[in-house]
Amino acid sequence: MSTTKLDGAQALIQTLNELGVEYIFGYSGGAALPIFDALETVSGNIKFVLTRHEQGACHMADGYARATGKPAVVLVTSGPGAGNTITGIMTAQMDSVPMIIITGQQVTWMLGKDAFQEADIFGITMPVVKHNFLVRETNSLPRIAKEAYHIATTGRPGPVLIDVPKDISQSDFTGDLDPDLDLPGYNPESAFDIDPHSISRAAEIISNSKKPVILAGHGIMISRADEELMELATTLNCPVTSTLLGKGVFPETHELSLGMLGMHGTAYANKAMVECDLIINVGSRFDDRIIGQPEKFGAGAKIIHVDIDPSEMNKMIHPDVEIIGDAKTALKALNKEIAPLETASWLATLDGYKNKFPLAYRKQGGLRMQQVLDELYQLTEGKAIVTTDVGQHQMWAAQFYKTDASYNWLSSGGAGTMGFGFPAAIGAQLARPDDIVVAVVGDGGYQMTLCELATAAINKLPVKILVLNNHYLGMVRQWQQMFFDNRESGVNLEGNPDFVKLAEAYGIKGYNIKRPADVGKVLQKALDYNDGPCVINAECIKTENVFPMIPAGAALEDMLVAPPKHKMAKPTGST
Amino acid sequence: MSRDIVTSDSSLAPSPDIIGGHTLSMFVNNKPGVLMRICQVFARRAYNLDSVVVSRGRDPQFSRLTLGISGDPAGLEQIIKQCNKLIDVIHCFEHDENESVTRELALVKILIDPGDRAEVLQIIEHFGAKTVDLGANSIIAMIYGNSDKVDAAVHLLSKFDIVETVRTGKVVMARGEAAT
Repeated sequence: MSTTKLDGAQALIQTLNELGVEYIFGYSGGAALPIFDALETVSGNIKFVLTRHEQGACHMADGYARATGKPAVVLVTSGPGAGNTITGIMTAQMDSVPMIIITGQQVTWMLGKDAFQEADIFGITMPVVKHNFLVRETNSLPRIAKEAYHIATTGRPGPVLIDVPKDISQSDFTGDLDPDLDLPGYNPESAFDIDPHSISRAAEIISNSKKPVILAGHGIMISRADEELMELATTLNCPVTSTLLGKGVFPETHELSLGMLGMHGTAYANKAMVECDLIINVGSRFDDRIIGQPEKFGAGAKIIHVDIDPSEMNKMIHPDVEIIGDAKTALKALNKEIAPLETASWLATLDGYKNKFPLAYRKQGGLRMQQVLDELYQLTEGKAIVTTDVGQHQMWAAQFYKTDASYNWLSSGGAGTMGFGFPAAIGAQLARPDDIVVAVVGDGGYQMTLCELATAAINKLPVKILVLNNHYLGMVRQWQQMFFDNRESGVNLEGNPDFVKLAEAYGIKGYNIKRPADVGKVLQKALDYNDGPCVINAECIKTENVFPMIPAGAALEDMLVAPPKHKMAKPTGST
Repeated sequence: MSRDIVTSDSSLAPSPDIIGGHTLSMFVNNKPGVLMRICQVFARRAYNLDSVVVSRGRDPQFSRLTLGISGDPAGLEQIIKQCNKLIDVIHCFEHDENESVTRELALVKILIDPGDRAEVLQIIEHFGAKTVDLGANSIIAMIYGNSDKVDAAVHLLSKFDIVETVRTGKVVMARGEAAT
């Protein structure tokens, strides 16, 4: 290759090859023509997956990254192609997911002149990326691609966009294919150099605790600190609750696990947060859906906050000890300075709450989403990769599909993006072909990205698409019932298509579940079917509500474990 | 230009809810779009930029940026961290007045009756300012120093008919050996 003359696009694809990129998800178009051509002319190991929409391409790259910890690339054209990626990029940014997005662009001399399919995607995406580039020199393409990969995958990961004008990609490349990075303002290595005093102070506070809780976040997964977390928890005899994105960093079947906390977390996790005397937060950003009311959160507790991002310190909660740096490095250091705590009576108290407020559901009176998820969990022995959309089904999946390992739970947390689950499952299945991948989706979100049925079918991916269908935007309807006198507005999805017939139109196998008694056998059939994707449409009762629930902006002690008997005041928090 | 539009400095007092007077200095990559990234950090959190001064650094790969800002002081720590997080920002510091030198320069155009000229020139001289343009009916004064001094001079001159005020905004430099 080195003796052949390259154009910019070929130099770009060659660089991605050398970076070890395995998948590019994308959608072609005029301004990206040279780059698409380079996919054909440059030899290497990159596989290209043609999606049916650019948003789907982003979510697939996102699912790939969340299932492996490695980034994938999104390649789209300019203007509308680039514009369609915004939701996908924002979803990755909010959840610290590495991703590289390459957008075609009009030729440089037309920029700013409203040329055909010109959009200022560099400007538009600035608030939703970790960083972005508008390439102005062909010879800088390999350096920028390397910088983008480096920025996306180090420190707190995130999406990085590269906007490539067509004249830049199709001009002759005469530069260095292995240039040095030029990022004087970016020093992720400093995350491994942790202030030893902060560790000692944390260890001292820990040694005085009688009722500690570890709050385990996504940062543990990103830094691959699961073993260090296990050592911390088991050495201290300390219960562990995880965030939505942290599901799996500590096995939820472990006796020290309290499951997920927060707005729809377990009652025992939330009670533990209220009654504890110490919160050890590792790799969580104290999201508003966890802390409820910031002034009351952890009021009676000391707080230790471990985060790689200094800007997360004091953002929502003022910790007693800040440990700024990589979670694995921090926990290794901390584990050397701790000794077992006497927590037997604290654990007994929490066991009491586990017995008093278990996650439960009724099997009478129609099919409930909880039952479908519970049986899915049993049949897959908790080993499937589960992706979700956003809403009631997501919260029930988080509650009932216990996750025992990192990278097995893929859910849009920060952005709360409907339409995420199914394309993310495609990316996850490509990344891990031997695993069972189940996309747990609602009938609302599924319809936002179901055009990717074609992508799943063509690639013969055995993704199981479990549509928990209540013909409603259920979570919004729940809020309207609880806080708006049950006035339904904009939530009724009557007129949904027949999802099984729709699947069949794509040549995809479809199953219906209509009765509680059928759940197990239909799910088993679907799990046994591996000739391609399949859709399981579960017709669920329409007006079930998710509990426990902490109304947005309320304190954790104001958690509802059952439907309220009285009319509720409108929540002070947003969502 | 229509005289009805108030392009001169307003005599309105600043809102008491907003605490101004914070000065940030940044050392940043000298590339298109860097200022936009920084401005987004402030705009999203409802901070107003009172002044922005950007100039190329000694090494032209970098730029110097001095920002005068108003907004909720409780959020300032966050803002500085968010700025430091930007890939294009090498560093961002807040500078305490006592540990730094700040200066700004103002050009003030005053329409005068010939009888007032002597008094205007006296004020200009008192502040160590300079007359940089002198016409039959107008004067442009160049005032420089710290912002309080510039404010005071403009205030004294405002009994005359100031038609335009253009200020550079503050530039800051840390005292002693500390980095700006």
